[in-house]
Amino acid sequence: MTVRELRLKSIFLRKQLLKYIYHAKAGHTGGSLSCTDILNVLYNKVLNVDPKNFKDPDRDRYIQSKGHSVEALYVTLADKGFFPEDDLETLCAYGSNYIGHPTKKVNGMEQNTGALGHGLPICVGEAIAAKLDEKNHRIFTLLGDGELPEGSNWEAFLAAAHYNLDNLYAILDYNKQQITGNNEDVMRIDSVKEKLQAFGWEVREVDGHNIEELIEALNNGPFKVGKPNFIIAHTIKGKGVSYMEGNLKWHHGVPSDEQYEMALNELNESQSLI
Amino acid sequence: MELDKIEEKELRMGVPNQVVFSNTLQELAVTDRDILVTTSDSRGSGKLVPFAEKFPDQVVEVGIAEQNLVGVAAGLASAGKKAFAVSPACFLSARALEQIKNDVCYSDNPVKLVAISAGVSYGALGTTHHSLHDFAALRAINNITIVAPADNYETEQAVRSAVNFNQPLYLRFGKKAMPFLNEQNESFEFGKGRIIRRGDDVTIIATGEAVYPAWSAAKVLETERGVQATVVSMHTIKPLDVGLIADMASNGRPIVTVEEHMVNGGLGEACASYLMQNGFHNAFKIIGIPDEYTVTGSQVNIFDHYGISAEGLKETVLNILS
Ligand SMILES: Cc1ncc(C[n+]2csc(CCOP(=O)(O)OP(=O)(O)O)c2C)c(N)n1
Ligand SMILES: [Mg+2]
Repeated sequence: MTVRELRLKSIFLRKQLLKYIYHAKAGHTGGSLSCTDILNVLYNKVLNVDPKNFKDPDRDRYIQSKGHSVEALYVTLADKGFFPEDDLETLCAYGSNYIGHPTKKVNGMEQNTGALGHGLPICVGEAIAAKLDEKNHRIFTLLGDGELPEGSNWEAFLAAAHYNLDNLYAILDYNKQQITGNNEDVMRIDSVKEKLQAFGWEVREVDGHNIEELIEALNNGPFKVGKPNFIIAHTIKGKGVSYMEGNLKWHHGVPSDEQYEMALNELNESQSLI
Repeated sequence: MELDKIEEKELRMGVPNQVVFSNTLQELAVTDRDILVTTSDSRGSGKLVPFAEKFPDQVVEVGIAEQNLVGVAAGLASAGKKAFAVSPACFLSARALEQIKNDVCYSDNPVKLVAISAGVSYGALGTTHHSLHDFAALRAINNITIVAPADNYETEQAVRSAVNFNQPLYLRFGKKAMPFLNEQNESFEFGKGRIIRRGDDVTIIATGEAVYPAWSAAKVLETERGVQATVVSMHTIKPLDVGLIADMASNGRPIVTVEEHMVNGGLGEACASYLMQNGFHNAFKIIGIPDEYTVTGSQVNIFDHYGISAEGLKETVLNILS
């Protein structure tokens, strides 16, 4: 896919995830819009995964630690053909496999996540196993910035460096917000780059909505042989829908009829400019 | 024990118990500056935004870090503060279990652990967000009182009792608006079950948000089948009100227990253990969430699915009576 096609795809995925959240009257809207470009680039440009043969032991792994942004992952996987898009009409309904967090009941999902601070340690395990088995696949995770204070992340940061896991890529969806407020006010995590460097990781910083920068960073590892890779993706919560951008209410806000239409109009407008 | 009938009107609808928790705490915090709330990006779910606005100095926010939440609360309690650690039940009772066991219970720091959106309140978010293990996990820890209020009255009383309670405490609340269950027989004390309704044929012992479906089943049984059920709100899971259980069992009536918890290790098994070891042989049935991959949907969907509903419990009672 060309960069232009990927840009158009991001708009499409944003419209899709809004459609299903609007339909289900539930979902984590802001965080899903914040990581849409990252997931788009991962699945369409980076990851070696085959919807028809998902269990291939040589596949790249993507474990979404910020599991609440599952809607962005659902629409990306549906678009790749992991399951029929119509399945998403049951999102969050009684008895549906398409619940508010990733589960292995859905083709394409690696792990059941949703409690924050679990993705990275599992990735460390996958990455150690890949090294032991002399396999070349890569392991990716996506962390939220609000999620970082969970101690388990820092335990895993140490372990990844200790085991020289250069096959491991942790991406930070750095939208500077969580539920209660800005990270700055809830729990400061400043100097993330320096912290991760001090923990023995090789760090890159990108604009998490810039397709070219994401491709460049995610496809050109390891950044340094023997070191785990950390990508700080600067993002905007609610990206693409101006009334949602940076507005805390949209962490798990669901658009009304009118708001949904406004959002679609804006995204269509952006699409026409690409 | 004499079973006089309690007159029943239509139930008055209340608000979610966690709203009552926040309102009551706000009232108490005006005069008690030692009340401190610790939160883990959880004040919205805990309905504590108004508390935080009124008493910014009485909130300690730790970010998304539940282990730190409980550890910090233990330190605050040790220093004489009335520390309420507020976080969703799923994270509080699983993520921070070792802090609860060691820093709160073992070291005897009287933290008030406030478990919000408990059970399957977050139904469609899946198992990561359900707490169906908390009674079992905490029952196996020494030095903790476990309380799951059924309605707004019990909640308010529980919060008032909690403030000056000088031992580790786990208060468990749900998200859904609850009706007042019995306004003629109001009395509340930790460790003393509350009789919501009296009847001669069967006893239903329930806890937390499962008491309302138990009450509804009792109404349906009476109007449709003429079956009279006693309903007990066993708000305190530990220490269990064994005196009341013995009273209920002594006339040989069947007993059904109901809880928003896995059937392993919860209220039902606690009652069964007492009854078996004390020579009671009543017909007995535990209703809760079975040991399987839990279905998802709204809390009502999940309750209906597992028979924690007027209809489901009616069937259970009719089966046990036949
Ligand atoms: C262990 C744990 N604690 C709390 C939560 C509840 N929760 C879900 S999302 C969220 C905020 C996440 O913020 P962030 O990681 O910054 O995500 P984003 O801004 O990308 O949505 C919280 C507190 C959770 N899912 N898991
Ligand atoms: Mg964030």
